[in-house]
Amino acid sequence: MTTRLFGEPVQRREDARLVTGGGRYLDDLGAGALAAAFVRSPHAHARILDIDVSAALDVEGLVAIYTWEDLPGALAEPLPLLIPHPALTHGRTAYPLAKEIVRHVGEPVVMVVAPDRYLAEDACALIRVDYEILKPVVGIEEAAGGAHLVHEDVPGNVGAHLVQEVPGHGGVPAREAVDAAPHRLEFRLDIERSACTPLEGKGVYARWDADDGSLRIYSSTQTSTSVRMAIAAKLGLPLPKVEVVAPDVGGGFGVKIVHPWPEEILVPWAARLLNREVKWTEDRREHFVSSSHERGQVQRVRAGFDDDGRVLGLEVEILHDHGAYTPYGIIVPIITSTQLLGPYKVGAYRVEFSSLYTNTVQVTPYRGAGRPQGVFCMERTMDKIAAYLGKDRTEVRAANFIQPGEFPYDQGLMFQDGRPLIYDSGDYPEALRMLKELIGWDSFAEDKARAAAEGRRIGIGVGCYVEGTGVGPYEGGHVQITSDGRVHVSTGLTSQGQGHETVFAQIAATELGVPIEKVSVVTGDTRRFGYAVGTFASRAAVMSGNAIALACRKVREKALRIAAEALEADPRDLEITDGTVHVAGVPSASIPLATVAVLSNPLRYAFDEEARRATQFAGAGSDDRPPVAEGEEPGLEGRDYYSPVRSTFAAGMHAAIVETDPDTAEIRILRYAVVHDCGKLINPMIVEGQIHGGVAQGVGGALYEKMAYDEHGQLLNASFMDFLMPYATEVPHIETAHLETPSPLNPLGIKGAGEAGVIPVSAVIASAVEDAEGIAIDRMPISPSDLHHLRLER
Amino acid sequence: MNETRHRVTLKVNGVVREATVPGRRLLSDCLRHDLGLTGTHVGCEHGVCGACTVLLDGEPVRSCLMFAVTADGHEITTVEGLARGDGEPSPVQRAFSECHALQCGFCTPGFLCAVTAFLRDNPAPSEEEALEAVSGNLCRCTGYQNILKAVHRAAEIQASEIQAAEIQAEEGGA
Ligand code: FES
Ligand code: FES
Repeated sequence: MTTRLFGEPVQRREDARLVTGGGRYLDDLGAGALAAAFVRSPHAHARILDIDVSAALDVEGLVAIYTWEDLPGALAEPLPLLIPHPALTHGRTAYPLAKEIVRHVGEPVVMVVAPDRYLAEDACALIRVDYEILKPVVGIEEAAGGAHLVHEDVPGNVGAHLVQEVPGHGGVPAREAVDAAPHRLEFRLDIERSACTPLEGKGVYARWDADDGSLRIYSSTQTSTSVRMAIAAKLGLPLPKVEVVAPDVGGGFGVKIVHPWPEEILVPWAARLLNREVKWTEDRREHFVSSSHERGQVQRVRAGFDDDGRVLGLEVEILHDHGAYTPYGIIVPIITSTQLLGPYKVGAYRVEFSSLYTNTVQVTPYRGAGRPQGVFCMERTMDKIAAYLGKDRTEVRAANFIQPGEFPYDQGLMFQDGRPLIYDSGDYPEALRMLKELIGWDSFAEDKARAAAEGRRIGIGVGCYVEGTGVGPYEGGHVQITSDGRVHVSTGLTSQGQGHETVFAQIAATELGVPIEKVSVVTGDTRRFGYAVGTFASRAAVMSGNAIALACRKVREKALRIAAEALEADPRDLEITDGTVHVAGVPSASIPLATVAVLSNPLRYAFDEEARRATQFAGAGSDDRPPVAEGEEPGLEGRDYYSPVRSTFAAGMHAAIVETDPDTAEIRILRYAVVHDCGKLINPMIVEGQIHGGVAQGVGGALYEKMAYDEHGQLLNASFMDFLMPYATEVPHIETAHLETPSPLNPLGIKGAGEAGVIPVSAVIASAVEDAEGIAIDRMPISPSDLHHLRLER
Repeated sequence: MNETRHRVTLKVNGVVREATVPGRRLLSDCLRHDLGLTGTHVGCEHGVCGACTVLLDGEPVRSCLMFAVTADGHEITTVEGLARGDGEPSPVQRAFSECHALQCGFCTPGFLCAVTAFLRDNPAPSEEEALEAVSGNLCRCTGYQNILKAVHRAAEIQASEIQAAEIQAEEGGA
C-alpha cells in the first residue's frame, strides 16, 4: 500500500459534509442570535444633515440603533489603510458608519439590532436620514477631469500616481525607444468593472463571554488572523481574548480578503456592548453596493517594434478607478503595471498609473487582481503588431518570448510584494506549441474558409500570461500526531472552496507516510493557528503547503529519533509506511506512530492502555537522563513556517474559437483551450476545477458582466437579474493540458493555480472576435449590442 | 406592533414538523432558521441563483420565492433528505463528489435537489437535456463542466443500481 498521495487526483474530503447539507456557513451558525441590519446611503455623494430614528423605536423587540456618534474610541476612526505605499499620497478609508459625508450608494449609515432580520429591516425602513445631495463623480474620465471632488482634500481625485521605468540597452528610455523603432502603434483600451460575487455574501457572527471577558467571532473571511488583530485593536481587547474562526465559506475570489469590513468590527462591538450574540448576513443587494468591485481601467498604449514584431519600446498610461476608498492600497494597478509584461522581453518599458477616486463602490482585488487588465493590454498589443506586419499572431508572440534558458529572468520592476519581479522558471515556447496543437491553430484558416463558405463567421484568438503567485510574507503549519495515531494538521490561512482539507492532507500523508484517512486539516481558525496572512494571490498551496511539508519533516525526524531508540536502530535506517515506523527491509522491527506519540510524551498518569506505556514505572527511558531531553519538547508535534524570498511565477496560454452571428451579433464560444503551468500539481483534479471556474469568471467578464452605474452613481444592475453572471449555458467546454516546470524556490516545487483561469480570457475573446469580424476590439466586455454598433461604425 | 403568527405544518424529509411564523416568513428562512435545516442555502433571495431549491411534493421550487404559510400541509425534501434512509449518499450526491462538481459547496444543495428531480423524470438524459436541467442554477466556482459530468455520472450510477436491484429481485423470485 502506498501512502504517496502528492500528485494524485484524490477525492475531496470536504465533500461528504457539503453534499449532505452538513456544511456550516456563516448564516448556518448562531441560531437565536440577534440580527443586525444597516441603513445604507441611497446617494452616491451627500452630506448627512439629520438622522431621525423615532419612528423605528416602536418596532417589535428592537434592541439597539447606532450611528457614528455612538462609536467609542478607535471605532470612531476611519478603517485601516491595509497596504500603505509611498505613491499612495492620498489614501482614504471609510468610517465604519458614515460620518457627515457618504461617498457611494450603499455606504453604511445606521446599524440596527433586532430579534431577527425581518424586524431589523423594518426598523431600517423607518429611520429617516436627511441628506444634502452633493455632485457625484462617476466614471474614470470624470474623475480624471477633476471638476468635482470625491474627497474635498484630494486634489484632482488622484489617490496615487506611480511611474515605473525599465530603460532598454544603453539606458534608452521607453519613449525614445518607441520613437526610434521602425514601426509604431498608438491606441486606447477600456475595461469595465466587474466583481467577485461569491454565491455566499459576507457575514459576521459574534459571541461575547462576559465571565471570561473574551470574544469569539465567526466571519466569512479570507483572513481570520488579520480580522482578529483588527478587532482586538479596534475594541481595545487583549489579543488572547479574541478568537476568529472562518467557517465554511461560500466562495471569496478576493472580496473577503479585505478587512475589517465595517460589519466585522461593529457586530462584535455590539455583541459585547449588549452582552448578546449578534449576527449579520449580507444580502445580495448589499453585496453589490457595499462590498468591492474591480477591473475598471482606461489604458493608453504606445508600442514601437521591429520587422519581426519584437517590441523595442512600450509606454503604457493607466487610469485606474479605485472607487470611493482605498483600504487595500494600490495593489490592483501595481499588479496591472508589472504583470502586463507577461512572458515577454520588452526592449524598454515605461508604465505610469493614476489611481482615481469616484463615488462608487471601492475597488479591491478580484480573482486575477489587475492581471486581466494588464494581459488585455499586452495581448491586444501583440495582435495589433501582428495585424500591422501581416504576421501570424503566435509568431509575433514567440518572437518576444523569454527563452527557457533565460531563467531566472529579471523584469527590472518592483512587484506587489515589494520585491524584484524575477521569474523563477517556465517554458513559454513549449506552452505555445502545446496550445497550438490542442486548438488546431495551424489548420484553423481552412476551418474558417469552410465556415465562411457556409455563411458563418468564426474566429480564433490567443492570449498568454504570467502570474506571480505565492507571495509572502509567510504562512505556517502545525502538525501533531496523537497517541491514537491520528494526524492533526492546522494552518492559519482560510479556505473558500479550494479543497485545502484535501490537498494539505495529501501533503501531510505523503511526508509522514500515513494513510490520508488518519489526517485531518483545520484552516482559518485562530484557536488552532494564530499566525497567518490569508488566502489570496494564488498563495495557499505554495505557502501553507510548503509550511505544512516543513512541519511534517520536523515531526518525522522526531518520530524517527524516538522510534530508533525504541527499536535500537539507526534513525537513518528507518522508514514510515502506512503509519508504522520500521527498519527498512525488516518489516518485523517496527513500531506504530501511535506508540511513538505515546513515548514522546512522558506521563505520570495513565488514562488508557496506550498511555500506560509512557508512565514513570513502565520502564521506558533511561535513569540518567531527564524524561524530556534538553532541547526537546513533549509530544509528537512540529510547527514550521515557509517564507519565500519572492513570488513564484506560474504561466499559461489560452485559445478560443468563437462564432459571431452575422445578423444578431451574438457571440458564441465554440471551443476553449487552456495550457497551464503551475509547477508540480498536488491534485490535478482540483487544479482543473480551479481552471474551469476561473475561465467561467473570465467568460463572464469578457461577454456579460459589468457594473452599470448611471451618472448619479446609482448601480442600475445590483441584482442577479440584471448583472449577468454566466449560467451553464454560457460557459464553453474547457479543454486543458498541463505543463510542469517546477519552481526552484520552494521545497515542493509548486506554483499557485487559483487565479490562472480568469486572467487572459478577455484578451483571448477579444482576439477571437476581432479575427471573426475584422474589427478592432478595444473595449471589454463586448455584448451583442456593442458588436452590432462596432459593425455600424465600420 | 406585534405581527400575527400562523401555525404551519410541513412534512420535511419524511418528518412532520411544525412552526409558528409570521405570514411574510420565507420558506427558505423557515427551513433554515425555524427548523434548523441549514443545508438549504440562500444566494440571492430573488429567485435567480437556485441555491435555495428544494423539492415541494417532489418538484423543484425556489424556497426564497415562497412563504412558509404557502407550503403549509405540503411535503418538502431538502438536501438533508436526499441520502438514503441508511445514510448512504444518493447517486446524485455520490456523483457530485466523484466528479468534483463542487468547490465551495454553497450552490450545491440547490443543484443536488434540481438534478435529483430531473433524473427521476429523465433517467437517461442527452447532453442537451442535462445542460438544460442545470442551467437555472448559478455556480460561481466550478464553471459547470464537472456539474454536467456529474449529472451523467449520477444517471449511470442510478441505472446500475436499478439493474442490480432487478437482478436481485429476479434471483429472489426464482
Ligand atoms: S436564493 Fe432563492 S433563487 Fe437565489
Ligand atoms: S461550488 Fe461555489 S458556488 Fe458552486
